[in-house]
Amino acid sequence: MSGRNRLAEEIDDPIVAGALKHFKASVDAWSEAAYKQPRTVVKTVRHTWRLAATWALGCMLAAGSLAGTLYEHHVRQESARIEATKAAIRAAQQKTAVEHRTAEQPVAVTSAGKQQPTAVKRAASENEDLLATVDSDVSRQVPAAMEPLAQMMESNGTN
Amino acid sequence: MRPFCRPSAFWALWRLGAKMDVGVVNLRRMVTSTKSMAAGTAVKPMTADAAEELAAREFANVVESHRPQIFRFLLASLRDVDLAETLTQECFLKAHRNWRHFRGDSSAMTWLMRIAINLQKDHWRNRRLQFWRHTQANAVSVDEASDWLPNGERSAEQQILAREQVAQVWKAVERLSARQRTVFLLRYVEERELNYIARATGLSEGTVKAHLSRALGRVRAELRGTR
Repeated sequence: MSGRNRLAEEIDDPIVAGALKHFKASVDAWSEAAYKQPRTVVKTVRHTWRLAATWALGCMLAAGSLAGTLYEHHVRQESARIEATKAAIRAAQQKTAVEHRTAEQPVAVTSAGKQQPTAVKRAASENEDLLATVDSDVSRQVPAAMEPLAQMMESNGTN
Repeated sequence: MRPFCRPSAFWALWRLGAKMDVGVVNLRRMVTSTKSMAAGTAVKPMTADAAEELAAREFANVVESHRPQIFRFLLASLRDVDLAETLTQECFLKAHRNWRHFRGDSSAMTWLMRIAINLQKDHWRNRRLQFWRHTQANAVSVDEASDWLPNGERSAEQQILAREQVAQVWKAVERLSARQRTVFLLRYVEERELNYIARATGLSEGTVKAHLSRALGRVRAELRGTR
């Protein structure tokens, strides 16, 4: 007994049996058509130059960023070193100035006591000289027409 | 359409493997020749190259004779031509790798069908996890699948009726569990005996009958429009 007969025996419903027969025929037809269709093999072409360019660009970017970082680090270190040197020089200068001031201070104190009165005297004499010069200049420059007025003032001054 | 890259790879592997493998048949032949030599008959001992060539030829015969059936079963299970093609190739690749372990307890077809069923199971499992969308996109719809009918000598009305029936069966098959579907397709598309189905699926005959009965009930309900 063939498989097909047994199948018919197994299914007593003619509609189901017919549907299954059509189903099998459909699957067979589809499978046969799909099986016989020509296969297309797609060859994938690899663009090596694209790959190389990508790698080169990637390497360049990586190297650039690394170099930038290193340069930045170096610049920071250098500026910090310069700042430190400047600060050290400034400190040394201040220290020297302080030392110098402390060394000169007693001398200044001792000489100031003697020099101050002479300076005051000199300033006073200079002022007097200046006033005298001005007086003499003024007196010389009074015109002849004003002479009676000048005499009158002098006489008032004496009175 | 997904490109078929695998056939060439498969054949390349097969050719490479054929040079390295010594198949079961070669061993059988060698044993036979040794026995006949012991019995006193003068038989030339088979060289390694000849044995390899014989195994390759035998496997090629197996591929040629069983490939359409495996493809048909996978196509009916998955409704995806490309996927069915890929899994068919994987099936034969696996078979080739394990050809030396095939002891011939069952027929080569049963063994191949078992591999195909396992591959299909793996596929459904994977599909559930990650390839769901991709597979869903490639699978042919029920209506499209039911368009395939041999022309025959039927009238247009009969053809329409047949197409409707096929679509209904496809719908019912779609709703079956994976195991029920496998059993149903092996029985009503491949027209295999129950003991064959039991061997191929690794189930008992009773379980196969139960699955078949449920599957048939679903188909019947779909055809009657009662679900």
